[in-house]
Amino acid sequence: MPSLGADMTAGTLAKWRVAVGDRISHGDIIAEVETDKGLIEVEVFETGVVEKLLVGEGEKVPVGTVLAEIGAGAATATVPESASVPESASVPATGSASVPVSASESAAGSIISAGSSEVDLDGPMASPAVRRRAHELDVSLRGVQGSGEHGRITLDDLEGFPRGSAAAAIVGGRLRISPYARRLALERGIDIAQVRGTGLSGAIQARDVLSAKPSVQESGKPVSASERMQRAIAAAMTRANDEIPHYYVEQSIDMGNALTWLREANASLNVTERLVSGVLVLRAVARALRKHKKLNATWQGGKPVPSEEVHVGLAVSLRGGGLVAPALRNTDEGSLTDLMARMTDLVSRARSGALRSSELTSATITLTSLGERGVESVTPIIFPPQVAIVGCGATFERPWVVDGQVVPRPVMRVTLGGDHRVSNGHQGARFLSALDRLLQEPEKL
Amino acid sequence: MTSDEIHATLLRCLTDVAPDIADEEIEDDADLRDELDLDSMDILRWVQGIHKALGVEIPEEDYGKIASFEDAIAYVAARV
Amino acid sequence: MTTYRDAIRTALQTLLRDDPRVFFMGEDVGRYGGPYAVSKGLLEEFGEDRVRDTPLCESTFVGAGIGAALGGMRPIVEVMTVNFSLLALDQVVNNAAVMRHMSGGQFEVPIAVRMATGGGKQIAAQHSHSLENWYAHVPGIKVLAPATVQDAHDMLLAAVEDPDPVFVFEHQMLYGIEGPLDIESVPPSPWRAAIRRVGNDLSLIAYGGSVHKALTAADELEKEGVRAEVIDLRSLRPLDRDTILESVSRTHRAVVIDEAWKTGSLASEISAILAEEAFYELDAPIARVCTLEVPMPYAKHLEEAAIPQVDRIVEAARRSVRGG
Repeated sequence: MPSLGADMTAGTLAKWRVAVGDRISHGDIIAEVETDKGLIEVEVFETGVVEKLLVGEGEKVPVGTVLAEIGAGAATATVPESASVPESASVPATGSASVPVSASESAAGSIISAGSSEVDLDGPMASPAVRRRAHELDVSLRGVQGSGEHGRITLDDLEGFPRGSAAAAIVGGRLRISPYARRLALERGIDIAQVRGTGLSGAIQARDVLSAKPSVQESGKPVSASERMQRAIAAAMTRANDEIPHYYVEQSIDMGNALTWLREANASLNVTERLVSGVLVLRAVARALRKHKKLNATWQGGKPVPSEEVHVGLAVSLRGGGLVAPALRNTDEGSLTDLMARMTDLVSRARSGALRSSELTSATITLTSLGERGVESVTPIIFPPQVAIVGCGATFERPWVVDGQVVPRPVMRVTLGGDHRVSNGHQGARFLSALDRLLQEPEKL
Repeated sequence: MTSDEIHATLLRCLTDVAPDIADEEIEDDADLRDELDLDSMDILRWVQGIHKALGVEIPEEDYGKIASFEDAIAYVAARV
Repeated sequence: MTTYRDAIRTALQTLLRDDPRVFFMGEDVGRYGGPYAVSKGLLEEFGEDRVRDTPLCESTFVGAGIGAALGGMRPIVEVMTVNFSLLALDQVVNNAAVMRHMSGGQFEVPIAVRMATGGGKQIAAQHSHSLENWYAHVPGIKVLAPATVQDAHDMLLAAVEDPDPVFVFEHQMLYGIEGPLDIESVPPSPWRAAIRRVGNDLSLIAYGGSVHKALTAADELEKEGVRAEVIDLRSLRPLDRDTILESVSRTHRAVVIDEAWKTGSLASEISAILAEEAFYELDAPIARVCTLEVPMPYAKHLEEAAIPQVDRIVEAARRSVRGG
């Protein structure tokens, strides 16, 4: 019985507006109470099912008396086997206010029968205390096996449940996993991105790795390295898509000067020193980044951390279908011949699986070039925690205007994908212009 | 050098570049880039390997002449 | 069964009896029988030449002990508590510890120094320090911390036998504990840690007055299905890295209990060793249970709250099992 006035000591329960078994929500009117000030509607602040009405209509009780008990649905226990409850037990909840009820009859009007899934307003049955605790523990109730009546989830059920989800184990872009667990996973060929952590804050511990089976495909064979890589890429790309607000700007670049210069240079170079056009683009991207530091950063702890050095990650597709983007450190420095040699070495090691961990983690931006097959342009997804990506299409002869004349020129479409939390289209466009300018003077690269 | 020996050498150079290509997969007249998913880096490394193994230099403008395996054999045979 | 203090007395008697180079000095050790009753009866047994009451001047009598050691004696110096030893630190750090080095090996300082340490008797801020880590920091000296009756006996013998300065820290709450004492058997090396309880779920690493608390905590944890290993470090300088590393490599979790303040403690040193050498074995962050970072309170309940107790050890262990 609420206190509805400073001097109220008792109130009369004039009328119940709900019946036992009714489902109620925060804010519903549950009763009318007669006070000196008149008839007042009483709201309920819980969500659940009315289990017991403890005070009869017309009864006067002191302030503070318990009027009713609201639970998570145990009312179903009182449904007698022989009750003529219709099979499609989808009696709407709040409508029963108009039906005069006594405690036993109302049980038959209970709207949650064992098999009904229609009135699943809040998911699994759990009291507010349980829901709050689940939220604190970052546990989804849907996965918890309830040990209470009719599968009701209790606090004890939560205490024994693994906390968090695999995704929760990633905090600030880094997977929370103990060094020992990481070592075990490596030794056993278990993909840690698939392991559910049971440690605090979803940290993956040894026991989680030990109980994780190496994923098995339908054929019963263990998952191959390339399949694992595929899944890791999928996870990373999904995350990037979810978390990073991408913007895209594109520019068509006349590659005439670059390709001409390349042909002439290669003609006089030893075959072992021959250059490919990709190295020109790589170098130009790196040099352009020097003046556009906002694109050369990593997202750490909620903010971009610009890098002083430029390490362009080169997207290398692997024959099995995988993709890696190892970094060529300090891509803007050294001679082109050096860069070509380093690039060749990196690609061959990427394809033979001999990359170094620093190469896999130090890229400050990625360059992806699909320009061999005739794809005109690419709209790439940023590799977290980077904040930008450059994608190049194939170089095609196109009609181009030079000095007022239409001439065929080899043209490449370059797309910059940027993280809109860090840079904007204007900055991206300026970067592309810089790239264009650099590629017009290949001898300076 | 016989045609077979050239074939074998070219094949070896190719598998050096792309270790996961099994011999049987390579059809003689198929376009190497399309058929075997080789990109310009792979082709360049193959050309470098051929140069190292057989002393035959293939300039960039002749890349079109080694588009398929049998074309490559013919090209190299004429210059070895 | 003997008490800790009686075990030390037995060791003193053996040393005074068997080696004429040995003499024992300190404040109130003679006529009074020692502030903790360790040397009760020794003056009567061995006389004033062998059992000497010193003036209230730590710097002087520790210095004199160093001098005597340099002169070929085997002095056992009692500094009443580590709190007062601060007055002799210069003698220790700048003379005892470096004499061998600075003389190119010509001089050695075979001095043994015994000190009471720790808190728990409401002797408050100036008299409850645990500064073993300050001594364990210094190359040139050795530091022992007996936690059992047997070690209290054996370690003193080893300290006197050692040609270098050895500091033996006796936790003041241990003097009255009882335990078995076997003076016939060959003692194990004092420089090794001992595994007092075997377990595979986590390693509780402790020394001196904290070892018994760790054992009690292990009993508590056993009820929850957590089998804790308890390591008694015994030697603080040198630290037995091998035992510590072997244990944590097996249990993958470590909780270090140290009655000193956490900052710059031996617990920190052990944590660093584990992080350096057992990184890939760790399944949870290393936990340190130390005295709270306050001057030792006088009020009983506050002192109890400040010093590591069983409940804090158990809680740290539980957290460790949960992954940190």
